[in-house]
Amino acid sequence: MRTSMAVAPPTAKWDARPRQRSRLLGKAARSTRERTGVHLSHAETIQPSRRDFLFLATGAVAAVGAASVVWPLIDQMNPDAGTLALSSIEVDLSPIAEGQIVTVKWRGGPVFVRHRTKKEIETAEATPLSELKDPQTDQERVQKPEWLIVVGVCTHLGCVPLGHEGQYEGWKCPCHGSVYDTSGRIRQGPAPLNLAVPEYKFLTPTRVKIG
Amino acid sequence: MMTRLKTSLLAFALLVAGAGFAAAQEADQPKPPRQEWSFHGVFGRFDQAQLQRGFQVYREVCSNCHRLSIAFRTLEDPDGPGYSEAQVKTLAASYQVTNDEPNDQGKIFQRPGTPADVFPPPEAFPNDQAAAAALGKAPPDMWLLAKSRKYERGFPWFIFDIFTDYQEIGSDYIYAILTGYTHKDDPQWNLYYPGHKIAMPAPLQDGAVKYTDGTPGTVQNYAKDVAAFLSWAAEPTMVERKKIGFRAIVFLIVLSVLMYLVKRRIWADAH
Amino acid sequence: MDGHSTYVPKSGFARWLESRLPILGLAHSSFVSYPTPRNLNYFWTFGAILSVMLAVQIITGVILAMHYVPDSKLAFDSIEHIMRDVNYGWLIRYLHTNGASFFFLAVYLHIFRGIYYGSYKAPREVLWILGMIIYVLMMATAFMGYVLPWGQMSFAGATVITNLFTAIPLVGTGIAHWLWGGYAVGDPTLNRFFALHYLLPFMIVGVVVLHVWALHVVGQNNPDGVDVKDVKRDTVPFTPYATVKDMFVVCVFFVIYAWFVFFIPNYLLDADNYNPANPLVTPAHIVPEWYLLPFYAILRAIPNKLIGVLALAAAIGLLVLLPWLDTSPVRSGKYRPMFRFFFWLFVICCVGLGYLGSQEVSASATLVARILTLGYFGFLLVVLPVLGLVEKTRPVPTSIADAVLPKGAAAAE
Repeated sequence: MRTSMAVAPPTAKWDARPRQRSRLLGKAARSTRERTGVHLSHAETIQPSRRDFLFLATGAVAAVGAASVVWPLIDQMNPDAGTLALSSIEVDLSPIAEGQIVTVKWRGGPVFVRHRTKKEIETAEATPLSELKDPQTDQERVQKPEWLIVVGVCTHLGCVPLGHEGQYEGWKCPCHGSVYDTSGRIRQGPAPLNLAVPEYKFLTPTRVKIG
Repeated sequence: MMTRLKTSLLAFALLVAGAGFAAAQEADQPKPPRQEWSFHGVFGRFDQAQLQRGFQVYREVCSNCHRLSIAFRTLEDPDGPGYSEAQVKTLAASYQVTNDEPNDQGKIFQRPGTPADVFPPPEAFPNDQAAAAALGKAPPDMWLLAKSRKYERGFPWFIFDIFTDYQEIGSDYIYAILTGYTHKDDPQWNLYYPGHKIAMPAPLQDGAVKYTDGTPGTVQNYAKDVAAFLSWAAEPTMVERKKIGFRAIVFLIVLSVLMYLVKRRIWADAH
Repeated sequence: MDGHSTYVPKSGFARWLESRLPILGLAHSSFVSYPTPRNLNYFWTFGAILSVMLAVQIITGVILAMHYVPDSKLAFDSIEHIMRDVNYGWLIRYLHTNGASFFFLAVYLHIFRGIYYGSYKAPREVLWILGMIIYVLMMATAFMGYVLPWGQMSFAGATVITNLFTAIPLVGTGIAHWLWGGYAVGDPTLNRFFALHYLLPFMIVGVVVLHVWALHVVGQNNPDGVDVKDVKRDTVPFTPYATVKDMFVVCVFFVIYAWFVFFIPNYLLDADNYNPANPLVTPAHIVPEWYLLPFYAILRAIPNKLIGVLALAAAIGLLVLLPWLDTSPVRSGKYRPMFRFFFWLFVICCVGLGYLGSQEVSASATLVARILTLGYFGFLLVVLPVLGLVEKTRPVPTSIADAVLPKGAAAAE
């Protein structure tokens, strides 16, 4: 039928798809372009290639417009400027005593900052990898061995584990019994992964920026 | 034709009546004159140096009584004052802000500000009631001042404003008020304030603020700069809006032309 | 919808779907093959513009609802949060507020087109009434939407309009308290207005579906007011002819809309609404949004509170009765010169009332408002019924094709 058209032409009158009355002008313009082959009589014989180019150009321009309109509607759901401003926090480490775990709020959830004792560090470093469900050495998980900073969200279904609990003296999750050690690694229970280590940086030996 | 003539005559009569009415009011309550603003018009942009000077005026003069409920981090806006991250951090830390949550002992406490915090209220007036008690009337929060103040444009100016893109009514108003204290003996008499009796006594004097970039410290300059700063504070997204708007309208005009050609092409066989 | 369907599903999926829910066929017969009079002018594109604007309002509105907080202490700040912090929040908010104005601009042009060309006359009375229902729902939605930012004008507007109900004898105050959820506009009012403002647009969608259905049963009116006699000669298929014309006009409409949204976004808003609501201080000059101004002017023109409220209701109610108020057998204003004269006077009354509604109350303004109010009601109650009986009309063409096509071509087609 209309083989001169740039897109697959409709083969019969019925093939025209329903017109969408939406603000996505691109879609509507494209479907018009496909459908117009049905009704043109004189115009088609005059200059088919110019007509095709016009429809193609219009459809392309409209598609670009539709995409530019859609992006803000999607981006508005992304974290806003206020939330992004709170995406990193600074923690003063000096008041945290040895052996103490402090919970800080970061990005809406808990982060455990643990000032580890020598014994806790030794136990963590000495654990053989074969015992671990999610093998990671302690050195991989800390920047300074006396400071363990992990996200306080159980990797099973998201509850907050309780500190100084469980036979490894790490954490134990009250929801389904996952047990973590002094490096925050999963040792027992249904959780699949170790407690996550967030991005952090020591600004001074007693001040750390998380996130 | 007679219909058209009659209706045109009627419209003209209304126009003349309206204009005459407006002129009579003008004399005793002058309207704020229009100023030139760098951010006016389709290609308008804020002048960074001006906004920084305006912020200095706000900080040294206005902030003693007025709140400005914007976050410190917004001062980093590259389309706005454009301060650096370090400058804003230092600025924020120089303020004491009330913490959201009480401390572990249950006490509400104050701490140095961070960029994520909002400017705290003036130290002397933590809330509107305290301000009203001390000053008679609570000074308004300045964050939307440039958008919440207006004066009657009158007919037919409000029609022209659509085409001339006049959006700076608030900025002109603020400048006019700040430079309108023309009765030296009465610091609360203002030429442009409706009714002339304004609760705020003249806040600016020549030389009150020392500019560091060489701009002369006159009341006119202070007023211009702080009005520009407040215009930014009321609408920090203005520059982004105009940039996107220009592209959007050009695009829509191009698309309209194309659509018109498509329409003509399709209707060619129907006429 | 009623015998025009030429739809034959070809693909397997289309056949499968069509035999279970003939939605493809329905869409095809309603918007593709649907016969449209070939003499429609650009005033007939406003239906499409209105559909697009309804979609724009719903989409931007739902997005705003993701960030807005309907609490009297938080609402104002949540709007500023949208304007400053939410990605493109300023754009979505300005699209929504200016979108409401452009929605009403389009609806007024649509309604005046209907009055001029007699689109309300038989057999389109139900179509007209459904349209009036949509209009009233739009006004209710817009009114409640304006309250949500909880600015000075939001609060004042809510107070004034809900206080209208106190005009009703005996039960008025009780109704007002019921609406407010208290003794004055407050938190409960704001919350329920938000819930209803979210709901009503979807009811509008429902009535729009009925409106388009009613339209498709009787077919479009046209500028000559002549019925379609021969589908082949008098009409063209909706797609691509009407579709492409609608899309062109939507683009042009969007150019103007974009000018407002991007360069004068606060032009149609009242600056006083950027002051947080203060229940103890009423703004010096209360003004509703421009599209409600004519009715506001009528309300203020009448000195008696109850009669003023009744006049306001009648101003809209009489419009609903338009099909029966107009007695002329000739449909389109194009062939009714005397009607045209009074129509334009009516338009001047409406525009004039709108302007007066924005002005402060004064003796001269009230006098003019009263004259224009008489003009408004006079047109509906006196002119229309009488004119149909006494006016001299121009001869109406015998068919659409004869009206549109050149004399020779009509026979050749």
